[in-house]
Amino acid sequence: MSDTLIKVENVSKKFCRSLKKSLWYGVKDMGSEFFGSSNSHNELRDGEFWANKDISFEVKRGETIGLIGHNGAGKTTLLRMLNGLIKPDKGRIEIRGRMQALIALGAGFNPILSGRENVYVNAAVLGISKAEIDRKFDEIVAFSGIEEFIDAPVQSYSSGMAVRLGFAVAAHMEPDILLVDEVLAVGDLAFAIKCNVKMSELRNQGISIVVVSHNMQAIRNMSNKAVWLEKGMIQEIGVTNVVCDGYEINNYKNNNIKATGSKLSYNDKVEILNVLFLNEYCKTTEIYNVGSKLIIDIEFIAKHKIIKPVFTISIFNSELILVCSNYSTFDNLIIDDLEGRKIIRYTIDSINFKPGVYFCSITISEIEVSNTLVWHEKVYNFKVAGNSTNYGMFNPHPKWDILF
Amino acid sequence: MSTDNNELPITVYSPESQMRSPGKLITSMFHDLKESRELAWRLFVRDTSARYRQSVLGILWAFLPPLLSGLVFIVLQSRNVLNLGKTDIPYPLFVLIGTILWQVFTESVNAPLKAVQSAKAMLAKINFPREALIVSAFYDVLFSLAIKSIVLAAVLIYFKVAVSVGMLLAIPAILMLILLGMTIGLLLTPIGMLYTDVSSALTVFIQFWFFITPVVYPPPTSFPFDLIVKLNPVSPLLVGVRDLLTLGILKTPEAFLLVSALTFFGMFFAWLLYRLALPIIIERMSS
Repeated sequence: MSDTLIKVENVSKKFCRSLKKSLWYGVKDMGSEFFGSSNSHNELRDGEFWANKDISFEVKRGETIGLIGHNGAGKTTLLRMLNGLIKPDKGRIEIRGRMQALIALGAGFNPILSGRENVYVNAAVLGISKAEIDRKFDEIVAFSGIEEFIDAPVQSYSSGMAVRLGFAVAAHMEPDILLVDEVLAVGDLAFAIKCNVKMSELRNQGISIVVVSHNMQAIRNMSNKAVWLEKGMIQEIGVTNVVCDGYEINNYKNNNIKATGSKLSYNDKVEILNVLFLNEYCKTTEIYNVGSKLIIDIEFIAKHKIIKPVFTISIFNSELILVCSNYSTFDNLIIDDLEGRKIIRYTIDSINFKPGVYFCSITISEIEVSNTLVWHEKVYNFKVAGNSTNYGMFNPHPKWDILF
Repeated sequence: MSTDNNELPITVYSPESQMRSPGKLITSMFHDLKESRELAWRLFVRDTSARYRQSVLGILWAFLPPLLSGLVFIVLQSRNVLNLGKTDIPYPLFVLIGTILWQVFTESVNAPLKAVQSAKAMLAKINFPREALIVSAFYDVLFSLAIKSIVLAAVLIYFKVAVSVGMLLAIPAILMLILLGMTIGLLLTPIGMLYTDVSSALTVFIQFWFFITPVVYPPPTSFPFDLIVKLNPVSPLLVGVRDLLTLGILKTPEAFLLVSALTFFGMFFAWLLYRLALPIIIERMSS
């Protein structure tokens, strides 16, 4: 038990949607805080809602826990409570050790002052002593990669540079627990890599990390445990990949994402009647194991003759990045013309995509792809299940040999 | 990791009011005050150097306003446009010290709310000892006082005021004046962070307050105007400092000591309130 650095027990927090009421409740809360009565915490007042409700979890030394969920699910509220900025309305949070937050990078930066001066201010805000900064100053500046600008006023920096300097300072703290809120998405690629390296360095030192991100790839890579918040409550908690899969599947059921799928017909020459996702036994399925066979049958009716039809299937991952797009003509399905009810079959022998949710677009065109007759954009989806044995979008299953 | 977890400090966040465990609360207040020294100094250095780097007239702004308003009253009095009563010391000396001290006081009143308001973004995201903002604001007022005291010294020399032991006593007395101002400011800060009405009202009220404080006129002695002195907590301090500087004595030591005692008590109360209120305020600010 002594290895637990963060212990969150049945924590709830309420918020108020109306500003006017919120301010007035603020005045009342100050009163009850001052007079030591705490009745105002238990029940919702008019206009209030639970931003976090009955949340419990633990983080052990060296663990990285990812908080995922839609905007407004209560991730940031939870993080702010962990950070001690706001008090829970119910429950209890116990923190062991020195806590640092990688949340507001470059907090306390004054644009008029030079980068050098701001490093000291920022460090002081984060609770790092001057002696400590004196010792690490060169290291920090080198890490930020902006040595030549360090004596220029921060207002002359690009936003990326200021954030880099902020991250460099923050990354040189020596906490037991680190809270990270979506900060690694800043800076250019080289800096993002630097940040990731630094983060894994911190993890290896046995620091516990709580990270909030919408980048599912980052969460999967970084954390060994995930908490999925939905409307302020824990929807699922457990091993990262399982929770992330659940979240991603839920995402595509969510109306917002479904809305991006649309069926467009440019004329009434052809109509897609049915699209079936089949497994290796030709049974319909939604879920494929990594490495298994995927078959898509497109049943359509060509009401008029289509000359040189081109079929395309494009597959996107849950972040809507194109994974692959194939044209039937490029894959040597050359047809002079067709008419009537037909089925086109698309087969991938071994689907080696990373586990997750995928969206599928289908088009039928005449003569060339740009001459589209019907376009079902990201209307279909399927899931790839299993354990990833590599990073990245797909696994090409390379062969490794030692030659000498 | 070889660190023994049992050595790690434990922090607990729970809904209970901190007032339920006053011992712990007071210990943590003084602990945080101690912890905040370095940050307070950094913030002060940051704000001060940034301010003067972007200003041509620089420190002139610390004493120009009281000097100008003092001059107005000197002219009005000498031309007999206004008759503000007879003073023990030359009127220009009287009024210049008065307006400078008044400026010190109003800066002290405004400092806490201004400091906390401009640190809003930081407060909403980072957990640092909140006392640092107030201590840094105090340094700020002291710095501005240091500049003003050069002018004050020049005025005293020009009017050939005799050097006295009382002048030394004026230093803690000015600090009391600052403390009183900051106490009032800090008391208003929690509500002022929620409602902007507070800072607007403060601006208006301070202008009004100037006229009910014996800054440009000697303390009235006849009823009902003597109430200005008796009920206005600034009067004994401001008049006291002026008397110490020019006459070397305190005319009403009882009132001075009473207000000082109340100020210490009030300061602690305001500090407590500020600490308890901040999480509630932060909750109601955007993150």
